Amino acid sequence: MSVKDRMSGNEAVAYAIKQVNPDVMPAFPITPSTEIPQLVSSYIANNEMDTEFIPVESEHSSMSATIGAEAAGARSLTATSSCGLALMWEELLLAASNRMPCVLALVNRTLSGPININCDHSDAMGARDTGWIQIFAESNQEAYDNFIQAYPIAEDPRVHLPVMICQDGFITSHAVMNIELNEDNEVKEFVGEYKPEEFLLNNNKPIAIGPYAISSYVMEARKAQEEAMENSKEVIIEVAKRYKERFGRGFELFEEYRLDDADYIMVIMGSAAGTAKQAVDDLREKGMKVGVLKIRVFRPFPAEELAKALSNAKGIAIMERTESYNGHGGPLCAELRAALYENKVFTNVVCYTYGLGGRDFTVDHVYEVFEEVKDVTENGKKVTQHRYINLRTNKA
Amino acid sequence: MAGYNLKEIMNKPERLTPGHRMCAGCGATIGVRAVLRALHENDRAVIGNATGCLEVSSYTYPYTAWEDSYIHNAFENAGATLSGVETAYKALKKRGRIPEDVNYKFITFGGDGGTYDIGFQSLSGAMERGHDMVYVCYDNGAYMNTGIQRSSATPRFADTTTTPVGKVSTGKMQSRKDLASIIAEHGVPYVGQTTFTRDFRDIHTKAERAIYTEGACFLNVLAPCPRGWRYDMSDIMKICKLAVDTCYWPLFEVEEGRWTLSYEPKKKLPIEDFLREQGRFKHLFKPGNEELIVQFQEEVDRRWEDLLYKCSK
Repeated sequence: MSVKDRMSGNEAVAYAIKQVNPDVMPAFPITPSTEIPQLVSSYIANNEMDTEFIPVESEHSSMSATIGAEAAGARSLTATSSCGLALMWEELLLAASNRMPCVLALVNRTLSGPININCDHSDAMGARDTGWIQIFAESNQEAYDNFIQAYPIAEDPRVHLPVMICQDGFITSHAVMNIELNEDNEVKEFVGEYKPEEFLLNNNKPIAIGPYAISSYVMEARKAQEEAMENSKEVIIEVAKRYKERFGRGFELFEEYRLDDADYIMVIMGSAAGTAKQAVDDLREKGMKVGVLKIRVFRPFPAEELAKALSNAKGIAIMERTESYNGHGGPLCAELRAALYENKVFTNVVCYTYGLGGRDFTVDHVYEVFEEVKDVTENGKKVTQHRYINLRTNKA
Repeated sequence: MAGYNLKEIMNKPERLTPGHRMCAGCGATIGVRAVLRALHENDRAVIGNATGCLEVSSYTYPYTAWEDSYIHNAFENAGATLSGVETAYKALKKRGRIPEDVNYKFITFGGDGGTYDIGFQSLSGAMERGHDMVYVCYDNGAYMNTGIQRSSATPRFADTTTTPVGKVSTGKMQSRKDLASIIAEHGVPYVGQTTFTRDFRDIHTKAERAIYTEGACFLNVLAPCPRGWRYDMSDIMKICKLAVDTCYWPLFEVEEGRWTLSYEPKKKLPIEDFLREQGRFKHLFKPGNEELIVQFQEEVDRRWEDLLYKCSK
């Protein structure tokens, strides 16, 4: 039985945290994720949950304490955004390399500067190579559903890696939408008890964590981490299936929206997928065969699966909500183009950058992108790659 | 402390076992072993450690020298990391996942670089929040692991690799930060400053108080480094005694804001006696540098008078 309600994305994730009732949560306020620790603190203050909350003095310390707590044998998590994630970057690497199955609720916000509090994916993309599993949400509902799946993925013995649950700052985190919530006991049952095998507070077997390792061991440790990341793909799919069977919602690695006969496909992540879907419905009514592929899981990157899903497209628009200053597109563009090449999918691809620092991205922009990709495909229109959408120019 | 029996204490099983890779004569390991001897035998501990000599030399994969559970995370976050461990203990105890009769203590070690400098914020946060833990700084007055660079714990005029003595340099320009006082001003229940003295009673007593006082406690242990200070490694006890008898390193405690002097030398020795033994201060004894020693002495005197005032002497 699900319960219908209305919630913002932050409320939805905080509610999921309450239902899971983890052992320890260190956190530090930063817009737009601040509400998550606020709401958790107020649930604790009202005896609605009994997680131990640590009001740390920085995000570096929130991830440090999360690692300490997780290493000690406690199910742990934190929440942050933007510069907070950047400050804990070193610790993200340690959480993953020490194989801590902790969770981070990330509310995506641009990185400074100029300082700006609105959404883009530069924070998560900056952390893409830290060894965390990264799962993105389009809506409040997905942020909620993804959070509940986080621990079953992280704690699976085949994985043992930390999981980052991402949602778009303000667009998702603060906008109130209808949502279906699961029953408390069903969430608890789905997530299960945390039974770590090795932990600091195991009174029968002390352990040491965080060694110095000479060159003879480092590559093997990295390889083990890499294999765990590869394994996580099947675990993510299994958990998503189990979730769907139980609660009737969700996607596995990505969502295919009207792709079956699509000539032109937009690949996108996060809340803008909703805008893209609306535009696709509009264009379909006008007879244009278009579709949206929404990436849910960015790490591990589903290279082969994506290439397969895109193999019949005449033209593809890859939508990037970050800038990586390499002169030819951001991480999603680079990795997806490599995946297409590797899987011998040779088609027209144009990369677009949109929505930085909360810049609006509307159905009109989606129409423009599809028109252009069609023009490139059918008429050989020459375009520069790595194009900015809705950029103010001197003319405007 | 009544009932202190050196022989008995020294015969307790080692919790930092031999075979680690620390230098012979290193003050850090002497400090660690002395602190851990204050743990009651049935009590378990989780040991934290900031990156530094101690960490890279005591837990080199796949070997560990630690009998207790141990966690090293990074350089600047030993305070925050142990905060997490201690809070996990509280959470798991509350939820019945740790047997009632099993007691853990939480002790973290950091060098002065990891404590006074890069780990200062994390330490301050952990102390302010009042986690039931002890932070032990083994203060050897420089970044010894990376090769003797100055820290904010380095004494004035010390010759280090980032404050080298040269034609226009007389070593470090600033006096050391008084960290024990700063932590005491956090209002924590216990702060102790100590080093290795005669029968190790001072460090043992202070470690036991720190470990068995509820709340966030701090120990500052002068832990000489023969390599960085440039003295003969067998002279460590003499060096520590001179640090204390010149009042360069006073022994004191602060309990709930109450300052107590642990030791007052019958005859306060001139600071030259401490400086002369160490190669890092050799340049101070060259003709023309007499004024520098006067300046050093003035700072020692000022701090000593200030401490006597705090201890209402």
